[in-house]
Amino acid sequence: MTAVLTPPSATPEAPADDAVPPSARSRAPYLLLLPGLLWLALFFLVPLVALVSMSLQTGSLSEGYRLTWHWATYSSAWSTYGDQLVRSFLYAGAATVLALLVGYPLAYAIALRAGRWRNLMLVLVVAPFFTSFLIRTLAWKIVLGDEGWVVGALQTVGLLGENGRLLATPAAVVLGLTYNFLPFMVLPLYASLEKVDPRLLEAATDLYATPARAFWAVTWPLSIPGVVAGTLLTFIPAAGDYVNVQFLGNPGSQMIGNVIQSRFLTVLDYPVAAALSITVMASVLVLVLTYVRRVGARELL
Amino acid sequence: MPDAHRGAPRDLRLRGLRKTFGDFVAVDELDLTIPAGSFFALLGPSGCGKTTTLRMVAGLEVPTAGQVLLGEQDITGLRPYRRPVNTVFQSYALFPHLTIEDNVAFGLRRRGVKDVKGAVADMLSLVELDGFGRRRPAQLSGGQQQRVAVARALINEPEVLLLDEPLGALDLKLRRQMQLELKHIQDRVGSTFVHVTHDQEEAMTMADTIAVMNHGEVEQLGSPRELYERPATRYVANFLGQSNCLQGRVVEHGVDSTVVDVHGTLVRLPGTHGTRGGAQSLGVRPEKAVALAGQRAVRDPAFANAVAGTVTDVSFTGLSTQYVVRTGWGQDLAVFAQNDGSDVPADRGDEVLVAWRPEHTFPLRDASPVVEPEAAPLADAAR
Repeated sequence: MTAVLTPPSATPEAPADDAVPPSARSRAPYLLLLPGLLWLALFFLVPLVALVSMSLQTGSLSEGYRLTWHWATYSSAWSTYGDQLVRSFLYAGAATVLALLVGYPLAYAIALRAGRWRNLMLVLVVAPFFTSFLIRTLAWKIVLGDEGWVVGALQTVGLLGENGRLLATPAAVVLGLTYNFLPFMVLPLYASLEKVDPRLLEAATDLYATPARAFWAVTWPLSIPGVVAGTLLTFIPAAGDYVNVQFLGNPGSQMIGNVIQSRFLTVLDYPVAAALSITVMASVLVLVLTYVRRVGARELL
Repeated sequence: MPDAHRGAPRDLRLRGLRKTFGDFVAVDELDLTIPAGSFFALLGPSGCGKTTTLRMVAGLEVPTAGQVLLGEQDITGLRPYRRPVNTVFQSYALFPHLTIEDNVAFGLRRRGVKDVKGAVADMLSLVELDGFGRRRPAQLSGGQQQRVAVARALINEPEVLLLDEPLGALDLKLRRQMQLELKHIQDRVGSTFVHVTHDQEEAMTMADTIAVMNHGEVEQLGSPRELYERPATRYVANFLGQSNCLQGRVVEHGVDSTVVDVHGTLVRLPGTHGTRGGAQSLGVRPEKAVALAGQRAVRDPAFANAVAGTVTDVSFTGLSTQYVVRTGWGQDLAVFAQNDGSDVPADRGDEVLVAWRPEHTFPLRDASPVVEPEAAPLADAAR
């Protein structure tokens, strides 16, 4: 066992034979954790501390910043950009719900009905990743454009007014978010649906469940882990996204990601940008924990 | 137990039932009547079509042709959730996300029964799992899960309960215990039990009636004793226990007896079989035969059938001594001698007479070439 547990990066304290002194044996797990801990410290903890510290500093780029524990940055950032913050979570939530509505039937079909087409369909789900995120979003700009066939078709059937448009509306942003994060919804859903034992469905049918009832009583609860994973993987990045608004939205549909981006890169207002980043991070954390507790605790444990 | 929805008990009848998967014929023109309230076993090797038959009764498989009838009602086209039939699956198929109580209550809830608590508690105590209701299937042992599967099916008071190799996953000791428990439960609830198994001992222990299946057809149907004492075919003779099968020609028909010439030895069997001069197979169980060693043995006149041979193998199993005797024409016969102290044991190389009573001789329908007894069921299954 010791030989297996010793990390490959030669650690002379824990030689790889059976005659290891007990102290070295007890150190082994910590040594194994070391690379991961270092990684976390370097790429998560240090930037996080830097960000928190920046959000509490005052000054300017030319004069330099000093840590003054200026908490007021937060309250002023919230009052100024509260709309964008709320909007981010609303858009991300809408996109997550849409992605679930589209992704669940798709994942179900791939996992349980596709047969020999299964692998091909999975490749098609992943295929968009072969092109850049930006290019794909730009493509949507053309698809949803005022001269595009989508708008034309919607105008013909009367769902869109004479001068109605899709581009530069919140709907376009939500659609873009849904599209861009759909694979993150489909893949975990597929993974959990694929594991549902078809014999359980037979048993349910044998026990007087119609196919619809069998779905709600067996398939759906057993796929909850995939639903939780898929919604988190969609919601979290969607809440922080700024590309979709930039290409498909308008100034009135700005999300918090756009604000942070412009504060950091255009206005060079580092403390507010940092304060907003921390706020987004904390809000997502709270939302996710609440969600996992409510859905997860009941179904996963 | 309440018995409200059930009218007079109805027989389960299969009429010309057939199922093919592509070119493979899984079940072929099966006709079977399973009397209401009986414990019926479908016995056969894997791949003989017994599970497919069961699934067609459950509605999980659509027959290619033929009918499934409950009394006079044709249920062939009914969806599984509309049939008064429940199944105990080989894998149990318990719902992992539900508690034992919810698993057992599943069928009742789907049928809109609101108050299930009492029924669930009764059912759990019938299978001796009181107090396990709040647990999850994964927290139970194999035997306990098996009993949950039985309870989950039985609580619906099905007219027919289908058991698909339900004891296959259990160890030998637990299997014996569950066999008796299932039999006991069937006595109490009175539903028709149709039990699919490849274990002949299990079928014999539990069932009133056994249908031995092979290649999608029923080879023989009868009580365990009938099947054992009077197997109709070579296949049944070797699938249920062991048999010595002999091949010969009919020499003459007496009054309710037939004499067959087996490689120069005349063997008598009760009843009139075959045509004079025609081929006839017959068999005798190893435990019905005795091996009489040379001149030392005093031959009981009742043991009228006797074949000479040489002992080629002796194995002592405690309960009995098992001899293999090679006959003059090179066939190996098995003889089991009860270890009751009355016999003079024979040794390897001894010249012996293998003798048995004519009334213990049974005719076999098929005149196929001689197959070694031990190898027969497997060889038949693989063919």
